[in-house]
Amino acid sequence: MAVLTQQKPTTMIEKINDETWRRRFLRNVLVPWIFIAPLLLLHIYVVTIPAVQGIYMSMTDWKGVGQNANFIGLDNYRELFFEDESFGKALGNNIIWMIFFLTVPFILALFAATMLSQIKRGGMLYRSILFIPYVLASVVTITIWKNLLNPQRGIGAALDNMLGLEDAFGIAYLGRSETALMSIAFIDNWHFWGFLMILFLAAMQAIPPVLYDAAKIDGANRWDEFRHVTLPGIRPVVLFMFMMVAIWSFLAFDYIFLSTQGGPGGASEVIATLLYKSAFFRFEAGYGAAMGVIISIFAGFIIMIFVTLRRRGWDI
Amino acid sequence: MTAIGKVSLQDTVLQRGRNRERSRLLVFNHTVLLLLTAFAVIPLLVLAFNSVKTNLEIGQNPLGPPVNIVTENFPNAWDKGKFATTMGNSVIYVVATIAAELVFGGLAAYALARKKPPGSDALMLYFLVASTIPLWMYIVPLFVQINALKRLGIDARFLLVMVYVAGNAPLTIFLLRSYMIDLPSELEDAARVDGANEFQVLTRIVIPLTMPGFLTVGLVVGLGVWNEFLLALTFIHDPNQYPVTTSFYKFVDRFDRDWALTSAGAIIIIFPVMVLFLALQRQFINGLAEGGIKT
Repeated sequence: MAVLTQQKPTTMIEKINDETWRRRFLRNVLVPWIFIAPLLLLHIYVVTIPAVQGIYMSMTDWKGVGQNANFIGLDNYRELFFEDESFGKALGNNIIWMIFFLTVPFILALFAATMLSQIKRGGMLYRSILFIPYVLASVVTITIWKNLLNPQRGIGAALDNMLGLEDAFGIAYLGRSETALMSIAFIDNWHFWGFLMILFLAAMQAIPPVLYDAAKIDGANRWDEFRHVTLPGIRPVVLFMFMMVAIWSFLAFDYIFLSTQGGPGGASEVIATLLYKSAFFRFEAGYGAAMGVIISIFAGFIIMIFVTLRRRGWDI
Repeated sequence: MTAIGKVSLQDTVLQRGRNRERSRLLVFNHTVLLLLTAFAVIPLLVLAFNSVKTNLEIGQNPLGPPVNIVTENFPNAWDKGKFATTMGNSVIYVVATIAAELVFGGLAAYALARKKPPGSDALMLYFLVASTIPLWMYIVPLFVQINALKRLGIDARFLLVMVYVAGNAPLTIFLLRSYMIDLPSELEDAARVDGANEFQVLTRIVIPLTMPGFLTVGLVVGLGVWNEFLLALTFIHDPNQYPVTTSFYKFVDRFDRDWALTSAGAIIIIFPVMVLFLALQRQFINGLAEGGIKT
């Protein structure tokens, strides 16, 4: 085209050029953007605009109903961090939750995936069965475990019966403040860890078998193999999931809300359940929005840590 | 070793030694895996057992297999839990979300992977950043927004689907785009030479070749919507529009002590998922793994 226009153009060629340009614009710019527009606009409308509104709302004392909203700056944040003890407690529980989920499911999944990667026959069957809890709805998982952890009819009572004890294991795990949070974490982990295992297993199967043979020849035992071949091979996935699980720990809601609603007496409260209750039960929309912003800041902070580490050459 | 086609003496000796060592160690592997399998399955077995017992029997034998199998819990739960309505609703939510997600996500991913119009890089960055925005940051203003739309007379079910489609948009675009970007462009060019327009190139060439990607997104999004609780709880307040999850939540609350009934209800909810999972194990597992890594 460019060659053509450099020559003396006749009107005919100019016309053709003009047409092809228009067709090209249509095909390479306009049509693609028409294809993108519906989902993009929907996403902006449902996610981005409310997210920005959330930041503003968090600086008001709006109740969520009516027109009365006063701009109060960072007052909600001050109250959350310096006055509201239930928020401090919830934040602490989120951190306990994070420590639990950064260790227990990771160890379980790494162990199981290692075991699974070494067997040939039946591997697919184990893989599928261990994954089943992950596809269950949270409402169902909680119903199952509420029954199993029931003090009179659950596993604990059965253990007591077998061992001839009384009320040793048959306690209200979800009803006691010392055990509530950990019990819910246990239930959530029952559902979740199989997912991690699948990810780790897939990464392990991508490691070239030659590396294991080389390690064998060098006289490595199973621990050495795991330490020097398997772990480096799956490191990117493990580190990425560390980041994701750390973020998810601050978003945890379903299992806690469904089992104890944060009780008893705030013992299993996390920020998300507190947010939900203040925004939707207690008409403190501005206050709830502030907690949402705080959760997002934590998530952003975790992402930043990982991005920084990766920039410094820690291959994630 | 064998890939080179030569099997030296040293290799076979090594192989034999390894096999012997392996088979001894595998006993340990299977023991561990069987224990973990029991951990995963026993809670589900107890649920299945209790769904075919009477409450009287559950009282005496809460964990073991049933002595007398009764089936009346299922029709009872079906009626009292209004499953006819809520299962229908959940199917509507799942099907509508998957359909809209695949149509709009497919169009957008195609444009981003194959056409790369000016601004595509900025758009990918937008979706990357947006995918990290937690729901908690926008749920309160979104609630206000959705309520305003409801007052205008828009169906709450439509609005919930809209929220699901938007929430899954970044994942869908990343996944579908990654499938489409690997396609050789010769096929599309050939179709264009034959006079196909952009829409035909998409429907006749690109979609058939990236079907696995669409299946993956469909499964991940569909399972997510079927199991979704929080958004349905927040936006659907008419019991006739409840999906199975929030309706089951209220159902369990109401029949707190009736374990036979609630167990049967739970089985009803997980039944469709289990059937689909057993039929499409590989796609489910790989799809969810892929979706999990890319979110």
